[in-house]
Amino acid sequence: MKYVLLFCGSAEDAAAFEALSPEELQQRYAEVGQWWQANGSKIRFGDQLQPPSTATTVRHAWNGGEPVVTDGPFIEAKESIGGYASIEVADLDEALRMARTWPGRGSVEIRPVVAR
Amino acid sequence: MAAVFREEAGRLTAWLVRILDDFAVAEEIVQDALVAALEQWPVEGLPESPRAWLQTVARRRAVDALRREVRYREKLAELDRPIPQEPDNRLELLFMCCHPALAPEAQVALTLRAVCGLSSAEIARAFLVSEATLAQRLVRAKRKIAAAAIPYKLPRDDELDARIGQVLAALYLMFNEGYLASRGGSPARRDIAEDAAWLADLLVKLFPREPEAIGLLALMRLHLARANARFDSHGQLVLLRDQDRGRWDADAVADAIGLIERAAALHRPGPYQLQAAIAACHAEAPTWDQTDWRQILILYDMLVSLAPSPITRLNRAVALRQVAGPKVALGEVQALAAELDEYHLFHAIYADLLEEVGENELSRAEKVRALALTHNPAEQSLLRRRLAVEPC
Repeated sequence: MKYVLLFCGSAEDAAAFEALSPEELQQRYAEVGQWWQANGSKIRFGDQLQPPSTATTVRHAWNGGEPVVTDGPFIEAKESIGGYASIEVADLDEALRMARTWPGRGSVEIRPVVAR
Repeated sequence: MAAVFREEAGRLTAWLVRILDDFAVAEEIVQDALVAALEQWPVEGLPESPRAWLQTVARRRAVDALRREVRYREKLAELDRPIPQEPDNRLELLFMCCHPALAPEAQVALTLRAVCGLSSAEIARAFLVSEATLAQRLVRAKRKIAAAAIPYKLPRDDELDARIGQVLAALYLMFNEGYLASRGGSPARRDIAEDAAWLADLLVKLFPREPEAIGLLALMRLHLARANARFDSHGQLVLLRDQDRGRWDADAVADAIGLIERAAALHRPGPYQLQAAIAACHAEAPTWDQTDWRQILILYDMLVSLAPSPITRLNRAVALRQVAGPKVALGEVQALAAELDEYHLFHAIYADLLEEVGENELSRAEKVRALALTHNPAEQSLLRRRLAVEPC
């Protein structure tokens, strides 16, 4: 069963992240690296994303007009996605176990992938 | 028939989910079989073995459903074998229906359908929601079970405690919703609170050394033992303090107290055991005034430290009123105003205490607020009578 783990954070999470000291930041990155390694056999691929302020959005209209390019993320959500991991595990319980042990703080959304 | 359905539906569903590997299909087949029984048994009489009858009907429908399957022959062979009595796969079914990835209301509805064999119409009626709303809830949950691969298996040992806790929470929610919605004295309507107690009993049989499961069962049994006195001859709700205690089921109370003792012997106290102990204090008291309020207050103190919640603190304040008087209790209740502003019983209790200290104007405003927040018809009617407020 394939899922994508979406690593999300709110504005408060982002602020808390900014407030980390260099040592704490290093520690956090080390923990995330360990998590990635420990779950290596289940992770197909994944990335950390640049912040939403670097996003560019191309919006397609239903009436077939020219796509509109804008600066910034399209989804105006309270939480933004900071990274993702595509995983393959037995079932939701195993995906939940991975998400529970995620050391990066914020929230982890688990989305099943459409089977092809 | 309700008792037969309750005993057989979960077993049948569990058996079919395992073979068909498809919860939604298995669950529909069992519902079909139950509907067939509802149509035929009243006319033809109860079959000699209701279990075999239901299994035959379900098997026939399962074969139809299997024809499109790749592993058709393999699964067909398994369908021909009798349902194994052991191990009882209803436990896996219960864990799947009460999976934390499903919304609490969906957990309750799914469990009632798949494990207890209730129809959607019965569940909708019991919970005072429309059938369409309930059907939508069930469809969404079943889709999620399939799409997100919510597993049909026992949780791992290191996750078992937490998952049992989640099943207990779902059963307690089911019980409370059912208890509140039940009107007493209408045997035609299936009592969801009875189903919840039956499920708790099943869980206790499957986990005999789980004190919180035993505690929850005792708590439910104590409430059910008082159910007869909850409504007067006009069908109006009666408060605990005014109930005719002669109508309580003394044998059921004694049984429940036996359960509390059994749980206590396992030396792992918990919130359900404490709530059961509080309910037992009420059940054993000859009158409201002769209730052992000091003991109840001690139990509430333990409950607040073990599982702090504003509602527990509100209930503690009611006991505190009996021990230390309305002024002290009023201070405690006022401190909860922000957290419980949307909770009708907060305003009802607050109104009572205000009235006791002579703050009649303030009390009236709280009464109006309590009534505005109450949605259950029986509670509305009780509040209206007790608070002497015109409907607004």
